[in-house]
Amino acid sequence: MAAPLGLQLEFGGGAELLFDGVKNHHVTLPGQSDPWDMKQLLAWIRGNMLKERPELFMQGDTVRPGILVLINDADWELMGELEYQLQDQDNVVFISTLHGG
Amino acid sequence: MCQVEEDYNGLECNQEKIPVPTLNRKCMKCKEGTAVLIIRVNDAFCQSCFKEYFVHKFRAMLGKNRVIFPQEKVLLAVSGGAASCSMLSQVQEGLSREAPKKFRFVPGIIYIDDGGACGRSTEERQRSNAQLKSIFTETGFPYFIVPLEQVFSLPTSVLVPGTSDPDPSNPSYKQAVDQYVKEKQTLTQENVVSAVAQLSIEDSAYSPEHKLAFERLLSSLKTLTAKEDMLQTLRQHLILHVARENGYSKVMMGDSCSRLAVKLLSNIALGRGAALASDTGFSDPRYGDVVIVRPMRDYSSKEIAFYSRMFNVPSVFISGLDTKTHDKASIQRLTESFVTNLQSDFPSTVSTIYRTSEKLHTVMPPQSQTAEPASKCLLCLCALDIKVGKASAFHATLVSEQLSQIKLPDTSAERCCTEGQGCGPGGCCSSNRLPSHQDLKTLLCYSCRLTIKDMVATDALPPYIITEAEKRQKRSRMKMEISEYLLEDEEEDGD
Repeated sequence: MAAPLGLQLEFGGGAELLFDGVKNHHVTLPGQSDPWDMKQLLAWIRGNMLKERPELFMQGDTVRPGILVLINDADWELMGELEYQLQDQDNVVFISTLHGG
Repeated sequence: MCQVEEDYNGLECNQEKIPVPTLNRKCMKCKEGTAVLIIRVNDAFCQSCFKEYFVHKFRAMLGKNRVIFPQEKVLLAVSGGAASCSMLSQVQEGLSREAPKKFRFVPGIIYIDDGGACGRSTEERQRSNAQLKSIFTETGFPYFIVPLEQVFSLPTSVLVPGTSDPDPSNPSYKQAVDQYVKEKQTLTQENVVSAVAQLSIEDSAYSPEHKLAFERLLSSLKTLTAKEDMLQTLRQHLILHVARENGYSKVMMGDSCSRLAVKLLSNIALGRGAALASDTGFSDPRYGDVVIVRPMRDYSSKEIAFYSRMFNVPSVFISGLDTKTHDKASIQRLTESFVTNLQSDFPSTVSTIYRTSEKLHTVMPPQSQTAEPASKCLLCLCALDIKVGKASAFHATLVSEQLSQIKLPDTSAERCCTEGQGCGPGGCCSSNRLPSHQDLKTLLCYSCRLTIKDMVATDALPPYIITEAEKRQKRSRMKMEISEYLLEDEEEDGD
């Protein structure tokens, strides 16, 4: 469908440092013919939101190992990881587990 | 197997990734709730089962290793990150249950503010200190917020391991628990109330000289590896000091399984192989009277992050020395990225390393309590591993080091008086004789030597280290002088 997608993105555990220290972002993805999936979302984040050091957030097509992704408070491994198709008002959380303890 | 990124992009890495059949998997434990999390390779849990599992693991870890006695004072070392804050919330939860399942120790919290090392400004430090303060006041335990600069006012007793003779009146764990149960329950209530009443708020005050001295210390270390190592050592000393001052006999650290796996490998790379068992094991008895305990060592960082998110554990992210550095900035950083990358394709990596570390034990010499302080490393207080014979690997590294270096004219000529004549008891001829690299080397274990070797100026070390080093050197020199007059004891372990 061509409707734009509204998403709530959250960054925690230090990942927010790559996004100007802002933890909560509300974004609207432009409408496109195919539904948005996680892979495209990540590419979009890399292109539009990451201010610096993309290699600290992403590795190739997916997130860097050590960054936990939760979609609507559930592990993304249960949702199909990169193939999950986003729906309107989904809540995606990226938590970096590489720091703190 | 070790080439993770390069060659695997084209291949289907099917062996470890089991495809998920449907979107709504059921929890494997209760078989009813919808799964929200996958732990280990393929175990899906629902929210409530996960919480039970998490809480149970903490209690089991403490119960299995019976080192924490009832009514003991335990210091929780909190760094603000997810793991130590989860540990704090577990302790809180454990203390709030009805007896008999209640935890029976008395906690306190310590936070070491090392913002000065990481280049954070005073306002940033004050801000994060305030955030942490509010988290700590909510728990109701006494807390200490100590800036790392205070390391410059530590006494030398920090470097001397205390005695750990158990009280004859407090023999074994089981008996201690039985004894406690017999006493009245109200005793515990009173203790908690009095603890709340004396909330010792440690002022985060440090003088500007200390701040400058601290910056000087860090800038004299050239590599990030050495800086991290030195920071870790200083932090341990400060925690130890606060614990001793306030009567805490145990310190709980929040190291998770993943972090310990990284620590194990990087310690081997740093030359600390001899102390692996105490550095990564559940309990670390090297300080004698204060035992370091790691109850979170069974949790992977994924479990901790998920728990802390799902149950809203308050935590504060504080950037460290290696935040946003590239992969090869230090040995620790490189090991972390190696293990994490390997773990993503081979999910059993971290648990394998963890199981290996569980099997490590230190061979304790028979009379460790009466060992003189001189046989422990000055900085890390593990046993000195350098007094070995000529046919050892250590000696070989020394020889190859000497051969490969261009011989400088003897810069370590701070020899006082004349050769063969030690310093008299009335002090040395030169007024402030600071230990040079050569002198410190004999007092340090292999890896601490490497860290000190990286220092441009050893006089930047905090005064308590320098004083203790001088004392030990004087003592060993004196021992050498009077060695022919000493009656040698019969060696018990028959060397």
